[in-house]
Amino acid sequence: MTTTAIFFLIAGLGLITWVFARARAGRFIQSGVASVHSLPSYHGWYAAMWAVVPAVLFLLVWSTVAPALGSYQVLESPLAAQLPTDAFERAAILSEARALSRNPDLKVFNDAAVQLAPLYSAADSRYAMIGALAAFLLCFAGGAFAFTRIRPDFRARTQVERTVMLGLLLASLIAILATLGIVASLIFETVRFFNLVSPFEFLFGLQWNPSDKIVDGQATGFGAVPLFWGTVFIGAIIAMLVAIPLGLMSAVYLTQYASANVRKWMKPILEILAGVPTVVYGYFAALTVAPALRSFAVSIGITDASSESALAAGLVMGVMIIPFVSSMADDSIAAVPGSMRDGSLAMGATKSETIKQVLIPAALPGVVGGVLLAVSRAIGETMIVVMAAGLAANLTANPFASVTTVTTQIVQLLTGDTDFNSPMTLAAFALGLTLFVVTLLLNIVALQIVKKYREAYD
Amino acid sequence: MLDNTATTSTKSKMSARDVKVFYGEKQAIKGVSIDIDMDNVVAFIGPSGCGKSTFLRTLNRMNDTIPIARVEGDITLDGENIYSSSMDVVQLRARVGMVFQKPNPFPKSIYDNVAYGPRIHGLAPNKAELDQIVENSLVRAGLWNEVKDRLQDSGTALSGGQQQRLCIARAIAVDPEVILMDEPCSALDPIATAKIEELIHELRGRYAIVIVTHNMQQAARVSQKTAFFHLGTMVEYGDTSDIFTNPREERTRDYITGRYG
Repeated sequence: MTTTAIFFLIAGLGLITWVFARARAGRFIQSGVASVHSLPSYHGWYAAMWAVVPAVLFLLVWSTVAPALGSYQVLESPLAAQLPTDAFERAAILSEARALSRNPDLKVFNDAAVQLAPLYSAADSRYAMIGALAAFLLCFAGGAFAFTRIRPDFRARTQVERTVMLGLLLASLIAILATLGIVASLIFETVRFFNLVSPFEFLFGLQWNPSDKIVDGQATGFGAVPLFWGTVFIGAIIAMLVAIPLGLMSAVYLTQYASANVRKWMKPILEILAGVPTVVYGYFAALTVAPALRSFAVSIGITDASSESALAAGLVMGVMIIPFVSSMADDSIAAVPGSMRDGSLAMGATKSETIKQVLIPAALPGVVGGVLLAVSRAIGETMIVVMAAGLAANLTANPFASVTTVTTQIVQLLTGDTDFNSPMTLAAFALGLTLFVVTLLLNIVALQIVKKYREAYD
Repeated sequence: MLDNTATTSTKSKMSARDVKVFYGEKQAIKGVSIDIDMDNVVAFIGPSGCGKSTFLRTLNRMNDTIPIARVEGDITLDGENIYSSSMDVVQLRARVGMVFQKPNPFPKSIYDNVAYGPRIHGLAPNKAELDQIVENSLVRAGLWNEVKDRLQDSGTALSGGQQQRLCIARAIAVDPEVILMDEPCSALDPIATAKIEELIHELRGRYAIVIVTHNMQQAARVSQKTAFFHLGTMVEYGDTSDIFTNPREERTRDYITGRYG
């Protein structure tokens, strides 16, 4: 019997329990018992939960424990005593035997595995049977226990609602746990990387020329400063030079000058920009903007202009971020109390004086928060820079030169044939962790600023 | 209603003749005429929604900021029509200042709040003169002694009453001729209210003052003339003492005796 079949059977048993429990509870109402606490269907759900949840949880645990028990049984057998004592060889034979027991057509290298395979089959089917039996027992026991508790005054609704709440809590914890898991794996691999390259060399080194060569236990060419600089140059400088003024000005126009009709059309169009897949921006940057910029640079006498310039990637990324900055600025300006605007107008200030001297300063914390969130998005952005920014780790402020970013290098280090233990692969994790920490800090600071600002006007 | 205003002895600072205000299709003010002079504080009283605040806002064209609002009739300041095309609304608002219901200091320092108007109108050629304007305005608003040591603190950090006096100082700083106050004490506690009322007494004569209030005791305390508004019309306008002791109109009497509103 396969595990899937067992799951379906238990689900079926749960359904049956639900029907019977509901019917039994329904009889209280028909027989006219004065006060029935919960509706019959709550009794049904309560019983079904008792029938299904413990059995399923047991199966989940069992499926991780059973293989180990199987191996243990095989090792106890006299055949296993003849295995080589070398741990590595032994493990190889055992894992081969297990694979063979599941797929008899497999080619084997160790003959010993052929002899062990039947033992594995026997052990596995034995533990599978034990697991299935135990699960069914739990299912019946749970269902029966719940069934006996069905009484008019039993608070089934409270119990069901509490369980539902627990389920919701678990669902929300999964995202958090996944984040923690990701961070943990990043940290784990990063620590391994720092055994090969000192953190100081990684964070402050100026040479990015990664290779798998290890000399005296140390790998060289992992100075990540050119990458950090490229990321900041493209994401936080060039992109923001485009996105902040344009986003802010469009927000001012939309909130202060545009008529209701214009606003109705322009806002959704601006928001559509935010929905364009970044890979499309990448095409646009690599195939349209970059060549155009290069010929422009050559025409004004910059002969060494690269066709993968920082400027091309930064400009397109800036355009991508505009709706983000604009909508944050829009919200912040709209949150400034109208009385403040009236106060300024009543002083005889013009509309533009009011915007420059009262509205924008009052909205500034919100705008700054929005910009920081935008920066954190820009430096984590991958597709545009992979397609348009190039791979040369130059430490230059020339916008027509090619620079590379953290995300580009991560993609570069992890694609293709890679050895999971090589310094190059591990470097990708260290870069990822750095990026994660920086964007996390940016987000925390930005949200803090936005929150503080919101409190001021509510 | 013109005969109500004929009793004024001094030359009027502002006059309104048959002013009508529309919000889209809806008419909010139905033909109001009134004269406001320099010597008397004028109070506008009346139940909520009677149009007293709307009318007040026509006096410095703050209704311009509402796209659907439309004003008909004549309003003059020193004989000049404020709705004529030759009138610059920026100049007008510098001459007719306003204090709002809720204190609305800008999120700037106390100094910058008061200096805001003089700066945008270019009233102070140098820092020393600006300092002098700020000090004079704060002194006149009765706030100087409380804030002189912390002029660089944020205006929004002051108490509600102090904020409102800061807003009055801000309005005074551009040396207006008329000050409009739209329920200036409705968000304040009684002590802060008393301070503002005292301040209104001191400012009287230097500026023409119009105050909208819900509080009839306040109208009786601070004003020399009172206008009673009801349903978009001005029912009665006269000396405050007459309005409160011997109103001519039935509706006025009903309102001040608390029969409705």
